[in-house]
Amino acid sequence: MQMTGAQILVQSLKDEGVEIMFGYPGGVLLDFYDALFKSGIRHILTRHEQAAAHAADGYARSSGRVGVCMATSGPGATNLVTGVATAYMDSVPLVALTGQVPTHMIGGDAFQEADIIGITRPITKHSYLVTRTEDLARIVQEAFHIASTGRPGPVLVDLPKDVLAGKAKYNRPKSVNIRGYKPKVEGHSGQIKRVLTEIGKAKRAVIYAGGGIILSDASAELRKFAEHNQIPVTNTLLGLGGFPADHPLHLGMLGMHGTYRANMTIHESDLILAIGARFDDRVTGNVAKFAPNARVVHIDIDPSAISKNIVVHVPVVGDVKGVLAELNRLQKKEEPVWAEIRQKWLDQVRQWSEERPLAYDKDSAQIKPQYVIERLSELAPDDAIITTEVGQNQMWTAQFYQFKKPRTLLSSGGLGTMGYGFPAAMGAQFANPGRLVVDIAGDGSIQMNIQELATVAQHNLPVKVLILNNCFLGMVRQWQELFYDQKYSSTCLASNPDFVKIAEAYGVKGIKVENKKDVDSGLLEMIRHDGPVVLEVLVDREEGVYPMVPAGAASSDMIFGPKRKEEKKLKAVK
Amino acid sequence: MRHTISVTVENRSGVLSRVVGLFSGRGFNIDSLSVGETVDATISRITIVTTGDDRIIEQVTKQLRKLVDVIKVTDLTDVNFVDRELILIKINATEKNKAEILRINEIFRGKIVDVSPTSYTFEVTGDENKIEAFIKLVKPFGVKEIARTGKVAVSREM
Ligand SMILES: Cc1ncc(C[n+]2csc(CCOP(=O)(O)OP(=O)(O)O)c2C)c(N)n1
Repeated sequence: MQMTGAQILVQSLKDEGVEIMFGYPGGVLLDFYDALFKSGIRHILTRHEQAAAHAADGYARSSGRVGVCMATSGPGATNLVTGVATAYMDSVPLVALTGQVPTHMIGGDAFQEADIIGITRPITKHSYLVTRTEDLARIVQEAFHIASTGRPGPVLVDLPKDVLAGKAKYNRPKSVNIRGYKPKVEGHSGQIKRVLTEIGKAKRAVIYAGGGIILSDASAELRKFAEHNQIPVTNTLLGLGGFPADHPLHLGMLGMHGTYRANMTIHESDLILAIGARFDDRVTGNVAKFAPNARVVHIDIDPSAISKNIVVHVPVVGDVKGVLAELNRLQKKEEPVWAEIRQKWLDQVRQWSEERPLAYDKDSAQIKPQYVIERLSELAPDDAIITTEVGQNQMWTAQFYQFKKPRTLLSSGGLGTMGYGFPAAMGAQFANPGRLVVDIAGDGSIQMNIQELATVAQHNLPVKVLILNNCFLGMVRQWQELFYDQKYSSTCLASNPDFVKIAEAYGVKGIKVENKKDVDSGLLEMIRHDGPVVLEVLVDREEGVYPMVPAGAASSDMIFGPKRKEEKKLKAVK
Repeated sequence: MRHTISVTVENRSGVLSRVVGLFSGRGFNIDSLSVGETVDATISRITIVTTGDDRIIEQVTKQLRKLVDVIKVTDLTDVNFVDRELILIKINATEKNKAEILRINEIFRGKIVDVSPTSYTFEVTGDENKIEAFIKLVKPFGVKEIARTGKVAVSREM
């Protein structure tokens, strides 16, 4: 039976199990949107294509399934770019579908033409320009396969108008076979044994676990591995939730705003077991001074991640879940010789915890943002999904929210995209209808995709937006405070709107909290409301995120507060 | 150190831009590059000469392998291989120096592909050393134009 390209695309999406997609229509997509109508696939109209990409991303990160977004040719497609780049940097399985001008017009600067394949080439795992209707079914199938296997990532499929209008038979191949794409999943057994040898020799081992743990659903294996070996675990931002925050072996996040104990443990270690992580510069600080005495084991599915930034002594290429399961299987039950030595190391780690725990001024009359996050962490159920924007809000969340389960923190780590959190929360809420989903936002970031209040209002989607309003682009202000003589150049958000009124204008419940004593009741009102809420909390305007490893410093060289405050404290002590 | 890397890829439009874009985007060097079909018309071979320390070359090959359209990556520097380059070179010629130019060309087994009252154009093939030597010898006569193919290479059979 002959079908139009648009019908083939709908059928292909159904055959991939797609139930929901996020998008925005336009001229070249009219055939597709016509075929989609009443097809059974739910289409969520966001109010900006960037939000469609982030929503698909939030859907994917929270569920482990492939997220799908769509935009029309030209400006629609270019509006997706930030969302695609965000997904690429954080290895999120995404299929981005873009409309394109008819094939015979490509290259002629036609109306709403943009070379989106060229534009997104460095930020996609792969991309396709479909030139024949009969290729469509195969290409869509390949796109989903590539997006979701190996190291996941976004795949873009560009769809010229005539390809969607043209006719062909629906011929979905039985299986995918791409000769240049065979990701290695199983770890090399010899290398896996070498990991055990390294663990046996180490006296001061630490596990550094990244987003790969979550992508490969390996948190149970990680926990078993860490407990058996009694090795402390630090997480990257994307790894949070991959190991329970309340576990005695957990050190919290490491890196630029990591905990003192995590950074000290890494710095003083003699063996780093990096699992599903990539030694990003926000983690290592100055690479030359990073963990000077450590041997490095690196387990990752992406061979190119190994020895990219740091010299690795024992690489294991493979899916971390499988590799950890194999390590667990091979390990002997008793290793009494090492128990004692590890105890000494764990005692040292405990001492660092006590020396410099995460702290803020709890007695302050002002509302401290960290306090709000601590209270939310306390009041929200363990399976609540938290998304963040970017800046201080993100780092305080990473520090003060207790993530106990995988896929409960969704945050733009690699690209650091302001405007990510709110649409990602929408995607997560669609994937997890019964769960509490909260976007922890700054007053700057939220304004980058605030138009999505219309989307949540339309669907009565119960996403909560918690704005920590400090009237500043806080993180940038903090750098200006520390390194640019407190010249707050273009970081003061002097004419912020009344966020409660904005919410109300969209038909969304708005709550404002101005006093510390109202934080709990505000949070509870937000959590309990059956529908979307914007909760604006007026927090201390000049609070900072600490500890901090200044750019270019060794990760053990942390500062714990603004210089002037530290000096004051010192004087008081004297 | 210089490496000659042979990459077989799907013979499709857009593939070369992925390969070249990878080099520019990640700050790797391309000293020379050549592309052509292989015996299998669905596969092209890209031969790239690049410079970098071991860590960079490792990244180059790993990143190339990550491209979905790339089928195989071989760093020929690790194996025994032969390489050739071809140049077309147009040299000023006068009555006085004609004979000498022709003699040099003969030594290098070049072909005369075009003649004009004031110039010769030669086609010379060889490995890099030979090509460089030829250019050096004819330079004093005045080189009007050079077109170089870039290196092509294959591994040697045992
Ligand atoms: C799209 C985008 N533009 C600019 C930046 C640079 N940037 C990083 S943090 C930050 C400030 C964020 O301010 P706000 O959302 O109010 O959060 P706060 O730091 O105050 O919590 C800026 C501008 C970015 N990360 N993303």
